[in-house]
Amino acid sequence: MDVLYFAWVRERIGIPRETVQTEAATVQDLVDELVAREDRYAAAFADISALRVAVDQELAEFDASLNGVREVAFFPPMTGG
Amino acid sequence: MQVTVQEAPFDFGVEAQGFAARQSASGAVVTFTGIVRDVAGGLQAMEIEHYPGMTEAALTKIADEAVTRWSLEDALVIHRHGRLAPTEMIMMVATAARHRKDAFDAAEFLMDYLKSRAPFWKREVTGEGAAWVEQRDEDEAALTRW
Repeated sequence: MDVLYFAWVRERIGIPRETVQTEAATVQDLVDELVAREDRYAAAFADISALRVAVDQELAEFDASLNGVREVAFFPPMTGG
Repeated sequence: MQVTVQEAPFDFGVEAQGFAARQSASGAVVTFTGIVRDVAGGLQAMEIEHYPGMTEAALTKIADEAVTRWSLEDALVIHRHGRLAPTEMIMMVATAARHRKDAFDAAEFLMDYLKSRAPFWKREVTGEGAAWVEQRDEDEAALTRW
């Protein structure tokens, strides 16, 4: 599964994207796996309420299923316009 | 309907004229343009990051909804990314409807939604460093009126 990071989430983790081998059932499970890996992930995901997630390029919730999903992206609230 | 995400500047006059000229059934065209402003002083640049692929899909979905809800004849969204200087145009929307209220309302809806539902992130660069722009509570609250 491809995992993408944008804005300060990308800066804290240090890379814009990576391929992750995971059996995580939900977005939250994936976050838990990443946080357990290294401090930089823990720093990026410290306050989940400050983050948004997209699953296969559609906004989703953290309890969303990852069944069949190819791409997950994490980022702060959007500031377009 | 046209949705364009680009790094290059756009010519607001040409885009607005072209949009208005290609409508046949509309009595009203509304345009809005967002410009990089130096609020606190000392802004050197506004950097805009986005999520290629999702950005176009999200903007298209928002524009589709505007067209459906206000029975628009047409809608246009242009949004830039990359590094922009103060006074540069960031984005524009245009709406065409039979009557002006629909055109105004649809343009406001487009603006409200693309501010907090299209994957763009702004970063302000000043002489003291760079900082990500935080979403304002009122931007999220603005969505509830639709």
